[in-house]
Amino acid sequence: MRKQFVSILFSGILVGAVALSALVAVRSVRAGSPAPASAGELKGTVKVKGTVPKPMHIDMSQDPKCGGGGTTEEVLADGGGNLANVVVYVSAGLPADAKYDPPKDPVVLEQKGCTYRPHVVALRTNQELKVLNSDSTTHNIHPSPNNNRELNQSQPPGVPFTTTFAREEISIPVKCNIHPWMRSYFAVFKHPFFAVTGKDGTFDIGNLPAGSYTITAWQEKLGTSVQKITIGDSETKTLDFVFKAE
Amino acid sequence: MKCFSKTSLIRKTSRIAPVFLAIFVRSLGFGQAAAGQTPAAEAVAGQAPGESKIGDLTGHAGSGKALYRRYCISCHGVHGDGRGESAPHLDPKPRDFTKATFKCRSTPSGSLPTDTDLFETITRGIYNSNMPPWRPLTRQQRADLIAFVKTFSARFQEEKPGAPISIPPEPATSAESVQRGAQLFQDMNCWSCHGKEGRWNGPSAATLTDSKNNPIQPFDFTTGTHVKCGEGGSAMFRDLMTGLDGTPMPSFSDALKPDQAWDLVHFIEALPAADKKGIVLTKAEPKAE
Repeated sequence: MRKQFVSILFSGILVGAVALSALVAVRSVRAGSPAPASAGELKGTVKVKGTVPKPMHIDMSQDPKCGGGGTTEEVLADGGGNLANVVVYVSAGLPADAKYDPPKDPVVLEQKGCTYRPHVVALRTNQELKVLNSDSTTHNIHPSPNNNRELNQSQPPGVPFTTTFAREEISIPVKCNIHPWMRSYFAVFKHPFFAVTGKDGTFDIGNLPAGSYTITAWQEKLGTSVQKITIGDSETKTLDFVFKAE
Repeated sequence: MKCFSKTSLIRKTSRIAPVFLAIFVRSLGFGQAAAGQTPAAEAVAGQAPGESKIGDLTGHAGSGKALYRRYCISCHGVHGDGRGESAPHLDPKPRDFTKATFKCRSTPSGSLPTDTDLFETITRGIYNSNMPPWRPLTRQQRADLIAFVKTFSARFQEEKPGAPISIPPEPATSAESVQRGAQLFQDMNCWSCHGKEGRWNGPSAATLTDSKNNPIQPFDFTTGTHVKCGEGGSAMFRDLMTGLDGTPMPSFSDALKPDQAWDLVHFIEALPAADKKGIVLTKAEPKAE
């Protein structure tokens, strides 16, 4: 009798503890940050194989205030084929009901020398995007989304412009119609598990809870590449992508 | 016989179109908004779904549907996506109502137009396009059409129209105002597309496309004061401040103060007669190729 009571008590405590830890896990995922102590990490490099068109000189002489010229950035790779400006992100595998608050800090896009810095901007839904005009000429900032509202604002020198995007969309082409060579892309995510490759082609997605995920790499000219991966508790995994240039 | 069967096919298709449209719109991700991503999930205040309000008129989508199928479907299409049978032959292309992006608005860039904005567009037509004025239809019929057109996009259920921009009274035009406008035409880079004499021959003009990547021309200001979305100074003022969404024309609401916008309007109004009046069009002209 007593033995039975103890075993019921013990299993009760066990069930309670499991339920509590599950609750804590769900809560920490929902909060977005700080990450659970058991969070994993995904690192890797994106490369391109084949002949990549050389960046071409852009003639900006129609507007002397642009300060000379620049080079095209459609496919930006170094000598080793490491590919910059690729958006790598978790495209499936996250809990369907998980919610992540947008970060308070804005993402900044600068127009300088009649080019966009950075060329590809990744941000969260409803996160503030601050667009700066550091040139002495007037630009117009004109994103053309499919799944968000289109907007088009004239932006004279020095006047910052801020906006947000409500829905996930990868990726929104952005133009300045006044300077038609200017082109950027906004990748908008409802979760924080994404990265844009640097000049060395590397990316690093941190704070990733253990699980099985589909990871997608998107490049504006070369398209998408998809891989699947499983990450355990506190595990760091490496995942490389290779695009083929035509 | 052949013609008859085609018509009945269109009728059948349009009967089931709203169902497919609803599924399609949800698959696009608009349904996500209801999951809490945007605060606009609440119904638009004071308006039932499938209705439009223009002053004291209430339009009904049910009545508008029949009118749409008679008058609008050949260009704007069964699904309201601007891909009607006549669309391939038209330039600029008919509006895609599923995007809820409209050129002629009183509201800020990126926001929905008011019902009155859409009513005025139907009434007035769009100058320099194939969209005619629909004055032969009664006001009630036009209001019904607006109610139906709004059913093509879920945005009209999820968002409210933007707050209309205010248009202060137009100050008297003067040589000084025109000259200030000429400088703004230069500083705001209007000349990049419209050309330094407003003849749509700016260096970027040939590169322009609309939001569907169809080539589009900037407006030729030397043809008079009739612009795309109306006529006269206040129409120009409004277009400058709201921009023409879906086209390369941006909003200058952050860039120009109201009195500056009027100066620019006065300059644009002077362009058709610029030669006769001896107006100097630009100062410190850049070296354009």
